[in-house]
Amino acid sequence: MEKEGIKEKIGFYLLVVIAFIILAFPFYWIVVTSVKLPKEIVSSVTLIPRSISLASYYQVFKQQPFHIYIKNSFIVAGLTTIFCLLVGSLAAYALARLKFRGRDLILSLVLTVSMFPPIAIVSPLFLIMKKFHLLNTYPSLIFPYTTFSLPLTIWILTSFFKELPFELEEAAKVDGCTPLEALVKVIIPLAAPGVFTCAILVFISAWNEFLFALVFITNNYMRTVPVGITLYPGQFEMPWGTVFAAATIVTLPIIIIVFIFQRRIISGLTAGAVKG
Amino acid sequence: MASEEKLAYWLTIPALLVIFLIAFFPIFQAIWLSFHKIQLQFPQLGTPFVGLGNYQELFKEPRFWNAIKNTFVFASCTVILEFIFGLILALLLNKSFMGRGILRTALLIPWAFTTVVSALMWQFIYNDQFGILNSILMKLHIIKQPIIWLGTTKLAMISAIIADVWKTTPFMALLLLAGLQVIPREMYEAALIDGASAWQTFLRVTLPLLKPTILVALLFRTLDAVRVFDLIFVLTQGGPGNSTEVLSYLTYIKLFREFDFGVGSALSVITFLCIMGISMFFIKILGARTT
Repeated sequence: MEKEGIKEKIGFYLLVVIAFIILAFPFYWIVVTSVKLPKEIVSSVTLIPRSISLASYYQVFKQQPFHIYIKNSFIVAGLTTIFCLLVGSLAAYALARLKFRGRDLILSLVLTVSMFPPIAIVSPLFLIMKKFHLLNTYPSLIFPYTTFSLPLTIWILTSFFKELPFELEEAAKVDGCTPLEALVKVIIPLAAPGVFTCAILVFISAWNEFLFALVFITNNYMRTVPVGITLYPGQFEMPWGTVFAAATIVTLPIIIIVFIFQRRIISGLTAGAVKG
Repeated sequence: MASEEKLAYWLTIPALLVIFLIAFFPIFQAIWLSFHKIQLQFPQLGTPFVGLGNYQELFKEPRFWNAIKNTFVFASCTVILEFIFGLILALLLNKSFMGRGILRTALLIPWAFTTVVSALMWQFIYNDQFGILNSILMKLHIIKQPIIWLGTTKLAMISAIIADVWKTTPFMALLLLAGLQVIPREMYEAALIDGASAWQTFLRVTLPLLKPTILVALLFRTLDAVRVFDLIFVLTQGGPGNSTEVLSYLTYIKLFREFDFGVGSALSVITFLCIMGISMFFIKILGARTT
């Protein structure tokens, strides 16, 4: 009986360790590859680098205007987050705390949008952007990103706003606040953790977007990171060190943010799904 | 009361406006485009109405049916594997053990990866000369010759599936874990008192109570798998020989490599209809469950 218990325990921990290695190893692998000498990368597979070099990091900025990609990504993802929270929190407030006809209809419209495949609207949007001379501009990305992140924003914020006690607005009303003032002065500050969670998730999804960034932006100086990172491969050889140095630069900050706010992120990601 | 309703409408108008202008309006426009012949490089040809011509053209093309098949194979395999691995991870994490927090944190690593970076990383892992996958398999004497993962038609699809499973299983695991955590403890205690084995408890208690969460997770993942683009674009470019060309990738080729906006839009509409069909299917089962 006891022996079996030990066997089970070993099996259990073996499973945990294998799972951990599969999940975490690739991150280690890109960081390690980025500091190896290019010679070492293509000669043999070494788990621990024989020598450490930052040459690949130098190449990242030398071969492409990578700092400009980063700047563009920050502007696009940042503005998307701001717009999304502005528009989304207004709608979420109405959906969570006001009684009105058509509430369910609006919720189902929002849900429908979350299922839209971006590839299905890329052709008309391309023609519209072209017509209004918006190709190769930030708005050509900010508009679609905001649209595709709105369902998640509205979903998360509605569930957070719902949890606050309803006496809050009544108290605010007694103090002479209009409902809009109550939203800005009372509800949003109290729902700050939810708003913040939402901001992280929207920012990351905008930061990672690829399809729209690929087709709406052709000017190299307007490109965002995900597309920029695919431009390093040469005609005949793949500069792995450079590619993974660039990958490390963009992945490391996201991983750190995710680790710091992991509880919030997990609660945000699962907010809609479990409650239905 | 009336003023509250008015305020509610004003508050939701900006969101609705964005959604209508940038999601619903373009869908209708895509449908309109799909009924016309539109060659972007030859604007002098105009945009003649061709009815269902673009669709007929697609249905005759083996390449279209190949993309449908690939999308189906990719989506069904990834979702099934993600569900199995996701459930195992969720069940592991639902127990309390030393190192649980670390494993849960590690779960967020693949999720935090940009798909493009994850695709590049897998390309490197699969590399036939200095990729670590072949190196490990050869050291373990499982294979004698390096395997050309991305260069052969059968293995390329399997490679793409593995890469996607790595990236998205954590999301599945997190959803299922959240679902597991709301199952009341008394349910398990009752099963224990009734003398149920661990396997019986899993089949009779855990699975039925987890069913709504499972369906939602499967819905999300299926929709994402059907519209896969970034991974294929970077990892295989649809190759070798169209063996990994999925619906989204073929649409991209028609639209932005061949500039055929008529046929491309028809493909967009087909993708859209597939997605909506899948959603309806899942929502119907979900609705039947909850009411």
